[in-house]
Amino acid sequence: MTKHEKSTGFSRRTLLKIGGALVVSIGAPVTLDFARAAGDAMVAGTKPPLTPDQLSSYIAVNADGSVSAFFGKTDMAQGLYTAIGQIVAEELDVPVQSVKVFMGDTATSVNQGGASGSTGIQDGGKQMRMAAAEARRVLVEMAAEMLGLSADQLTVTDGVVHAKDDSAKKASYAALIGGRYFNVRLDWNGKIGNPLYAPGKAKPKDPKDHKVVGQPIKRTDVAPKVFCQQDYVDAVKVPGMVHGRVIRPPIAGAAPVKVDESSIKDIPGAKAVLEKRFLGVVADSEWGAIQAARKLKVEWSSAKPPFPDQAALYDHIRAAPVRKREVEGKEVGNVDDAFKTAARVIEAEYEWPFQSHSSMGPGCGVVAINGDQVTVWTGSPKPHFCRDGVAAILGVSPDKVHGISMWGAGAYGRNDAGDACIEAAVLARAVGKPVRVQYMRDQGTGWDPKGPASIHRARAAIDSSGAVVAYEYTSKGFSRIDVDTNESHPWDTIGGQLLDVPLQSGDGFGVPAESYVFANKRTAWETIAPLLDRASPLRTAHLRDPVGPQIHFASESFMDEVAAALKLDPVEFRLRYVKDPRDIAVIKAAAEKAGWQTRPSPRRDQSGETLSGRGIAYSQRGPTRVAIVAEVDIDRTSGKVWGRKFTVAHDCGQIINPDGLRYTIEGNVIHGMSRTLFEEVKFDNKAVTSVDWQTYPILDIAETPETIDVVLINRPEIPPSGAGEPSSRPMAAAIANAIFDATGVRMRRVPFSPDKVKSALS
Amino acid sequence: MNQKFSLNVNGKVHTVEADKDMPLLYALRNDFNLNNPHFGCGLAQCGACTVHLDGRPTRSCVTPLSAVGNSKIVTLAGLGTAEKPHPLQTAYVEEQVPQCGYCINGWIMTAAAFLRDKKKPTDAEIRTALAGLKCRCGTHMSILRAVKRAAAMMG
Repeated sequence: MTKHEKSTGFSRRTLLKIGGALVVSIGAPVTLDFARAAGDAMVAGTKPPLTPDQLSSYIAVNADGSVSAFFGKTDMAQGLYTAIGQIVAEELDVPVQSVKVFMGDTATSVNQGGASGSTGIQDGGKQMRMAAAEARRVLVEMAAEMLGLSADQLTVTDGVVHAKDDSAKKASYAALIGGRYFNVRLDWNGKIGNPLYAPGKAKPKDPKDHKVVGQPIKRTDVAPKVFCQQDYVDAVKVPGMVHGRVIRPPIAGAAPVKVDESSIKDIPGAKAVLEKRFLGVVADSEWGAIQAARKLKVEWSSAKPPFPDQAALYDHIRAAPVRKREVEGKEVGNVDDAFKTAARVIEAEYEWPFQSHSSMGPGCGVVAINGDQVTVWTGSPKPHFCRDGVAAILGVSPDKVHGISMWGAGAYGRNDAGDACIEAAVLARAVGKPVRVQYMRDQGTGWDPKGPASIHRARAAIDSSGAVVAYEYTSKGFSRIDVDTNESHPWDTIGGQLLDVPLQSGDGFGVPAESYVFANKRTAWETIAPLLDRASPLRTAHLRDPVGPQIHFASESFMDEVAAALKLDPVEFRLRYVKDPRDIAVIKAAAEKAGWQTRPSPRRDQSGETLSGRGIAYSQRGPTRVAIVAEVDIDRTSGKVWGRKFTVAHDCGQIINPDGLRYTIEGNVIHGMSRTLFEEVKFDNKAVTSVDWQTYPILDIAETPETIDVVLINRPEIPPSGAGEPSSRPMAAAIANAIFDATGVRMRRVPFSPDKVKSALS
Repeated sequence: MNQKFSLNVNGKVHTVEADKDMPLLYALRNDFNLNNPHFGCGLAQCGACTVHLDGRPTRSCVTPLSAVGNSKIVTLAGLGTAEKPHPLQTAYVEEQVPQCGYCINGWIMTAAAFLRDKKKPTDAEIRTALAGLKCRCGTHMSILRAVKRAAAMMG
């Protein structure tokens, strides 16, 4: 792991490195021109098939004893690459520096789901741990046979198997298998993507024996980025490649009827591509393509403006017919009866806007079609699904498409990176040349899949003693899977929708993940139809911690409202009703670290220009638990809210790399704070009007907190769970609760922009 | 119509024939193969394309080739190398700043000019100097730590 490397497959240097890693099969004759790349190896048949049930699909020992790990997820630069290397090194008993992880290439890894759902370590790491443990078991068996000893007489130190009582009796991994493939079947559960699991016979190590896992090993992808040695997807250049841009309608839903190609005839190589509703251009140079997209004269069909006034968005959601309703979690008691007999009912409703990924760089992809072989270089974190989508749009078999995921602008959910590849494929097929597409900023913000807007209703029944006896919570909003979380099906891509493929809008939302115990409890969600069903700039999909921030903004704000109504301290209230011991532990840890003063909110003792307050919120996300104490300052005159300090207590089971985890949590806090205070997609009745950083403001460094204190609760005995998203989940409620503590004003609509806070204060 | 431009980039002269209105960013990336400055917005709003023009942080995505003249252009690759790093690059590695790293040209090139002119800046001065730059991974806390570390190294 000396240098970060993604197996890009297009640079010769990389190809040779992969060649060094993957050699020939055990027992297979060695040929001089054996696989120069994993892809070649597959074609040449010198390697066991790249299937989830083969150990060789995950682990290879090279001739020099170094280890290559092939990982079917991708690192969104939160240290996953390093953490996976640690897990593999730990189980194999090799130095961590000798493990190189290859990620995100359909020619070298099986589909473990790409980056998705904070499962990089939870699911992806689990599989790599089992594979590495199995590799060690097999190697020890081989050594036992070679040395004439039994496996239990042997141990492994730094890649050398040796007798426990005589280190002279030894065989190195390099000698045992170096340069040859494992030919070992695993017990695959038959699934691909996040749930893929294929253990061998080996049991992984007892966590108490871990030496590498748990260490704060530094990320190796940082220096190459800082020293400009790392190419990103936007740097891919293929011989004969032309540049593409797409053109979106001025009114969402309008279709291009006619284009006047003479309007771009002066631009070298400029050509318009019109297929059904899809319209794009190519040109020899990137600047030419940009000019062509701007200059092309297009006649659009008349379309009825599809959107309501933005001010009426939440009324629309309230009134819209429910497309699907689901009660999730266990319904307890008889909620309806409990409310009928309540001494007091507390009710509130909360609202969350559409939000945009607005990735640092708009979606970018390159597609080259060479005979019946297709290559896609993608910034999508899900290269296998991107491959499948490109194959589907081109009508070829996925095994004819090589998907290569490269570093791109950070993606936290279903952004526009995969869409760019689908549209590059459409253009490449049309012009018969490799095409690089990068969206423009207005498309990256205005036309990416959006996080869904929603309303959330909560009510609590209180008995005469002041106890909460019933709780009901319902979210209603646009689906988080109107388009699904990856680009593998054309109907989930804007390019596919523009080509008139039949639609398959999905329905999904969610309910609060917590352990409040009330005698009567029901949590449910309801979805409504999209505002525009096809090729909408407001189509909704997964945006970091899909719907988690929305749901827990409402549920954890509401718990605070109930605590305040009962004149109870917010921490004390939670500890009274939250029952899961790990939940209780994070709440206590955050409060203790933050120096929480026990008293009900609001504080009502301030009279100056700046009002300060503190709030707590907590949630689960899968097996992970997070509690956050926010301390905020509010400028009474301007209405500006500054999140001055955040204290995060985080329990994701076993910690693989505490430094990587800390940075990941900080990123979540900043992103969560940005979404809470600033982010809202604006639109008029024709189109999205948030098209750049002026019209879609995000948190600025000037507004960055003074302090983020992170309390890591390490539980080596509990399998590691996700960290990429959970700590963004309670952020909005923690901030809202702190604003309430400071001012006595309850913010129930995100974002808490200065104008809204100011008007709420007056 | 295309014109010929000779540009001094990281101490080397590169020539390109291009539209005089073409932004410098595309010449750097596509003609000179200096892929590190990125397209983020094309509107001078995010900083991902930032280079130095005669030491001034400049958004190359809105700087037409015709406006570059004889200015000396320095990109992040020219600011320092792994062998001879700029203090900010050292600090960025030490503090493990970037996640995706798409934005780092803006932050490092802006901070490099700032720290050259301002010794021992306060936290507030650093925040003001870097205001407006965008990072979507939320590495802001690490950025502030790294700039402070570099400031200390630069005395």
